[in-house]
Amino acid sequence: MAASLPAAGRVRAAAALLLGCCGAALASGVQDQAEQFFRSGHTNNWAVLVCTSRFWFNYRHVANTLSVYRSVKRLGIPDSHIVLMLADDMACNPRNPKPATVFSHKNMELNVYGDDVEVDYRSYEVTVENFLRVLTGRIPPSTPRSKRLLSDDRSNILIYMTGHGGNGFLKFQDSEEITNVELADAFEQMWQKRRYNELLFIIDTCQGASMYERFYSPNIMALASSQVGEDSLSHQPDLGIGVHLMDRYTFYVLEFLEEIHPASQTNMNDLFQVCPKSLCVSTPGHRTDLFQRDPQNVLITDFFGSVRKVEITTETISLDPNLANFERKLPKDELATEPLKYAEQLPVAQIIHQKPKQKDWHPPGGFILGLWALIIMVFFKTYGIKHMKHIF
Amino acid sequence: RGGMLAAVLLLLTAAGPGPGPVPVRAGRDALREELLLSPLPDGDVAATFQFRTRWDADLQRGAVSHYRLFPKALGQLVAALGVRELHLALTQGFWRTRVWGQPPLQAPAGAELWVWFQPTVTDVDKAWEELSNILSGIFCASLNFIDSTNTVTPTASFKPLGLANGTDHHLLRYAVLPREVVCTENLTPWKKLLPCGSKAGLAVLLKAERLFHSSYHSQAVHIRPICRDASCLAVSWELRQTLTVVFDTFSSGQGKKGKLGSSALWSLSVHSTSLSLPLTLLPTDWSLFKMFSRTLTDACPLASQSKVYVDISPKNKEKELLEVTPPPASVHEAIVQGDKRTYAVYDLLSPSLFNTSRSLNVQLKWKRPQDSSDLPTPILHAQRYVSGYGLQTGEISTLIYNTHPYRAFPVVLLETVPWYLRLYVHTLTIITKGKENKPSYIHYQPAQDRRRPHLLEMLIQLPANSVTKITIQFERALLKWTEYTPDPNHGFYVSSSVLSALVPSVIAMKDVDVDVEQSSLFTSLFPSSDGSSYFVRLYTEPLLVNLPTPDFSMPYNVICLTCTVVAVCYGSFYNLLTRTFHVEEPSRGGLAKRLANIIRKFRGVPPL
Repeated sequence: MAASLPAAGRVRAAAALLLGCCGAALASGVQDQAEQFFRSGHTNNWAVLVCTSRFWFNYRHVANTLSVYRSVKRLGIPDSHIVLMLADDMACNPRNPKPATVFSHKNMELNVYGDDVEVDYRSYEVTVENFLRVLTGRIPPSTPRSKRLLSDDRSNILIYMTGHGGNGFLKFQDSEEITNVELADAFEQMWQKRRYNELLFIIDTCQGASMYERFYSPNIMALASSQVGEDSLSHQPDLGIGVHLMDRYTFYVLEFLEEIHPASQTNMNDLFQVCPKSLCVSTPGHRTDLFQRDPQNVLITDFFGSVRKVEITTETISLDPNLANFERKLPKDELATEPLKYAEQLPVAQIIHQKPKQKDWHPPGGFILGLWALIIMVFFKTYGIKHMKHIF
Repeated sequence: RGGMLAAVLLLLTAAGPGPGPVPVRAGRDALREELLLSPLPDGDVAATFQFRTRWDADLQRGAVSHYRLFPKALGQLVAALGVRELHLALTQGFWRTRVWGQPPLQAPAGAELWVWFQPTVTDVDKAWEELSNILSGIFCASLNFIDSTNTVTPTASFKPLGLANGTDHHLLRYAVLPREVVCTENLTPWKKLLPCGSKAGLAVLLKAERLFHSSYHSQAVHIRPICRDASCLAVSWELRQTLTVVFDTFSSGQGKKGKLGSSALWSLSVHSTSLSLPLTLLPTDWSLFKMFSRTLTDACPLASQSKVYVDISPKNKEKELLEVTPPPASVHEAIVQGDKRTYAVYDLLSPSLFNTSRSLNVQLKWKRPQDSSDLPTPILHAQRYVSGYGLQTGEISTLIYNTHPYRAFPVVLLETVPWYLRLYVHTLTIITKGKENKPSYIHYQPAQDRRRPHLLEMLIQLPANSVTKITIQFERALLKWTEYTPDPNHGFYVSSSVLSALVPSVIAMKDVDVDVEQSSLFTSLFPSSDGSSYFVRLYTEPLLVNLPTPDFSMPYNVICLTCTVVAVCYGSFYNLLTRTFHVEEPSRGGLAKRLANIIRKFRGVPPL
């Protein structure tokens, strides 16, 4: 028996090896899928959406930004991970015939403003300085959490900018500009502080391709709505509202994104094909040389959605039994000895007899001190120092 | 484990509280929600929502970590920054007191924030700055623009609305941002602070598309400490979230049109107090569905009380003006602002309300046309405007009307003027009935350029049936070109002035033995102390003033011109000083040689 075992064992081992090979072939297919699953390497998604134009006739820029916001929220990025900057208020603008709405399609088909919007930077807060501070993370310590970009080295960030631009610059609120060099340097600062894993930069302005010419940090993919020397055009006006509602490039990007759902496998090459010259009149451009992965393998939801990697476990976890008693211990309230009372709203007598506030004494400033020193010097020069004992 | 629990419970009941009985309620916090619909004299409807969370815990001491109905964001704010009272209001529009009557709780246009800090706070300014930044993140408003240039410390107005141990006004800060826009992004976090969100109860009516299509929209958050019970030995914290909206008959385009043409109706609503023709017109009918495009289906499950009040007071003590359907379960009478008013009450928590239909759609129908002489004038109202011409000087005038036939009362006027309008206090004049009226108390704090605004507080006696005019002249300052906003041609705002007064009322205000807990929320806003008068805080209009604005393309033009001039001058001098001349042989030769010489000349190389 002991002798036959090794033989049987060898057969069994051979069978196991064979099975192992087939299993390995199958497993490598599964492993490929698993590898694909983990290939992107990001664990969280952020979005920074900026509209830089002010005034009612730039309604379309706000509508552009809000339509990207809407898609991004729909695909799963929560408000806490979106920094939305709108330079002017269109929805509650007195010139808006339908308040609290921003439409993207004519005949008011789609309200991209919605009922659940949270704008982080509004109106005068949208400046070049604030934008660069958000990107680089150098914000004053009192900034609330919703206004910060708290990304780490495993974050994929989507940055969308729209407004009026030119060759090498983007205009902020009609009073200042950001140049492509500043933007590239900001991204380099982000890279050096490891504030992103991969970055997708989309810009919809005139001559938008000039804004991504100067990028030099790795892992950045950029898309623009027009080449240098071309203008991005707007899509269609709505006669009821009286302004153009959207820009062409973002309009077709929105149409494209409306078909994406959190589980879709569409990749970036499809996004590059959105809006050919026949529809957009301008030639959209893109730049992928700094990006390490092949755009074919990059899913749209890697940037526009927030696909969480979920691990399902069937173990049971037992909670600490002492936790149940924690709530029962209510702190004893301290009671006042005499009843508290409300203040009088208009205590006329007290107001009239209020003593005026004592002004804090400040030591005299430099000018007064200098003046007095001059006067004293002149006096003693004129009359001589021997009079000092008569003075003091 | 069960034994341990039982032992703890036994310990708790056996130990008992300290001196004096303190009722320990299960959960220790309670929510009451209320909607008040009041038809206004000119046919519009005002809807006031109030959500009040009361928490029997002391937020100041001890580590409170379990938040149930009271929102954690605000509770932590109060505890960490030593806030005693907080009032934040975001308003779009203006409450027209003359046409609509006294407001229940008015707020100025834009954002208004006033806070009383605890005496234990050492650096009030630093706490104020942190508070405004945190609130700007919570409410998506640019409250971070509140700094020392628009913050003041009033000495006579804005006394605390909650329990107070002493009113040292150095602990008070007040700021207004008149340019602040209110839109859905401010409503969204406000709704998220409610325990039921906007999913159940009265908050389902709060849809942004209807709320912002209105003449007046004001949402506010008030936090203050109140008495826990009648003996007032313990402190509870109260959070009130109020939202007032006035729907305009014509701009919203809802409801039936009156018998007269719509243009006549329009002129009635604007000039209602000055028209004297008898007009027979029927104002439009209102319903919850027409106002909010929603109806009520249930009460918030976390609320202990959920009621809808409709103001059906008869205007002239004659028969009723208004008919309400469905018929209310009960009728409530209360004395509000010196008037005896009748309210139809719908209790959403009573099971009989939703028996017949699944949803509650309150409809108001006017029974008889409203006579223009019916429109009551409020006892106290005010108006403010800026006059003058040119871009150098101007004058701010405030008119305060006291329409009470025989009673005089004092009013405190608080004006905050930004530093770039330089007030000349020697031109301050107060004239009543042709004679000069000297205020009993004046507190003036002059502005410091780029650091502090002007603060002017006056206590003025208003004689009966009079108009008081207060005028002050100012001069406009030149700002540095970097201090202008991106749209400076819009103008610069001067925030509303605040009038606080104890208006005498005809009817005795305070009912004996009315428990604050049982009375409706809209009557318990201000703690009433005296029966003969009620407290009112009014705001005037904000002003829009143009400052001399430079041409912002000039820096570029100047740089171009200067550089051109410098280049031409310097270039010419340089050439004159350093250029040497030498004789050149006339070039002879063929065409090729001549061409080559030309090319060499361009290259700067000596010719062949």
